[in-house]
Amino acid sequence: MTNTDNPYGGLAEDDAHAGDQWAFGTGFTAALAGVDTALPVGIDQDDLALYCQMLGDDALVAAQRLIQWSTAAPELEEEMALANIALDLLGQARLLLARAGQVDGSGRDEDAFAYLRDAREFRNVCLAETPNGDFAHAVVRLLVLSAWRLALFTRLADTADPVLAAVAAKGSKELAYHREYAVRWTLRLGDGTPESRDRMTAALDQVWPLTGELFATHPVEARLADQGAAVDPAGVRAEVGEVVARVLVAATLEVPPAVPVPEPTGRAGLHGPELAAMLHEMQSVARAHPEATW
Amino acid sequence: MAMEPAAVRDRPTGQELTADFDARIAAHQRIEPRDWMPEGYRSTLVRQIAQHAHSEIIGMQPEGDWLTRAPSLRRKAILLAKVQDEAGHGLYLYAAAETLGVDRADLTQRLIEGRQKYSSIFNYPTLTFADVGVIGWLVDGAAICNQVPLCRSSFGPYARAMVRVCKEESFHQRQGYELLLQMMAGTPAQRTMVQDAVDRWWWPSLMMFGPPDADSPNTRQSMAWGIKRDTNDELRQKFVDMSVPQAVALGVTLPDPDLAWNAERGHHDFGAVDWAEFKRVVSGGGQCNAERVSRRRAAHEEGAWVREAAAAYAAKHQGTGQGDDR
Repeated sequence: MTNTDNPYGGLAEDDAHAGDQWAFGTGFTAALAGVDTALPVGIDQDDLALYCQMLGDDALVAAQRLIQWSTAAPELEEEMALANIALDLLGQARLLLARAGQVDGSGRDEDAFAYLRDAREFRNVCLAETPNGDFAHAVVRLLVLSAWRLALFTRLADTADPVLAAVAAKGSKELAYHREYAVRWTLRLGDGTPESRDRMTAALDQVWPLTGELFATHPVEARLADQGAAVDPAGVRAEVGEVVARVLVAATLEVPPAVPVPEPTGRAGLHGPELAAMLHEMQSVARAHPEATW
Repeated sequence: MAMEPAAVRDRPTGQELTADFDARIAAHQRIEPRDWMPEGYRSTLVRQIAQHAHSEIIGMQPEGDWLTRAPSLRRKAILLAKVQDEAGHGLYLYAAAETLGVDRADLTQRLIEGRQKYSSIFNYPTLTFADVGVIGWLVDGAAICNQVPLCRSSFGPYARAMVRVCKEESFHQRQGYELLLQMMAGTPAQRTMVQDAVDRWWWPSLMMFGPPDADSPNTRQSMAWGIKRDTNDELRQKFVDMSVPQAVALGVTLPDPDLAWNAERGHHDFGAVDWAEFKRVVSGGGQCNAERVSRRRAAHEEGAWVREAAAAYAAKHQGTGQGDDR
């Protein structure tokens, strides 16, 4: 603010420099500035577009669940941290969904993917979509999802699509923080009070059965992985399992036995009814005003 | 005559302390937490800063209600960042209050028990997504008008907090106004939404400056102490004068038939604020008073086991470098 006596100065005027001060507006370096956006040669475009949706939907749906924590977090610091994590994931989702629209040739933008698809077309893993529980549930889900996504993104940093590689490189730093945050809270709650320990155990019981799907390979992932354009999630199972187990042990919690890997469900567009309900709310305003721009 | 012990002789008397404090206020010097201050100054500041902190935290709710439904991902990110900023402002302000010897947990308790207030504006509901833009433009705008002079508050921690808060608020205001510009350039339904939101938020925004000067018993003392720099009516007039051209540029009508430029005064005349409504909402009769406080209470109470666990963990791991990372 240059003029402290008139904070309104330049608000509506044609102020050439105003854009420099706007978050998310003009004047900021685009997240992908300088990244080659050409399509990688020899990679099936429909497959790649679907893969971008899978990774984008994981982030979007997980962000939407975190957003539902707004004004309900146990402490103001957690209010800020959860919003921060949601913002990171939202940012990843936007880039990935926008890339999907470039790659598949449809020209659809991020909002077309987020607001105009039905649940059946969402490709996120089901663990991201299950309804929120208590803070222990949020911590356990975040621990598993961030450890898994970080393992994927680390390996995607040199993937065939330069955009996906750039998103993964940037996202890895964010995910390392998300995982760190979840680890710290896992330690506090696991090794805190008897109640917090019971709640963590209950949260593990809820989350754990859904972790098998994280390592199920969808045919799209298998084909792209063969071409160096994706990471086969089956390949990160050992690492993720080990990371999570080490944290649970440090938190004095019991490590549940590994669950069998099912056929892909969420990745195949098969979801629980809760996703449809969540999307119904998320998409309500956008769909009520199809001609509008926001 | 017996000699006075040196320690007693050197300790300044109440009168001397007061004189020194008054001189510093008169010289526009900052009062810092360790400085002596009159009890009335301290308690007035605690009340004002706590009320401000509570307003930031309760203020997350009306806009936060649109987070899950924001109609584009860009708007969702902007709104989420804004609501997060408000949590940050609340934290920052609670920390400023703590320099005066109170603690955050106690202030939160006072809020959820209804013993301390927050800005009444947040007791109105947000009915459409246009409300998000209008809150940015008018409510944040009014907050900025109130807070910019507080950057010169005589109490150092509060003044410094206000510098940062005002910068971010001005950001929010621009974002809100930009949303409204976009909506006014959109469909007829969007324009109707914007006008409707302006109609609902204009008068409550004017109430944000507090009762008229004649009915504001605390203003004189607060101004004398340098806690407050302008009167309620002065700030309200300033807000009206600044908002009118913004409304014209936006293409909306402010819902006041008496609003007119008065060349003689060099200000806009405007209609009478409904102070009966203000009093009703302040004293708990607004549409959302109960909901706002009960949601804050629920979050606080449902989070108790988490805070207890964090404390227990920190106690167990004291000195190991594991428990004290927050």
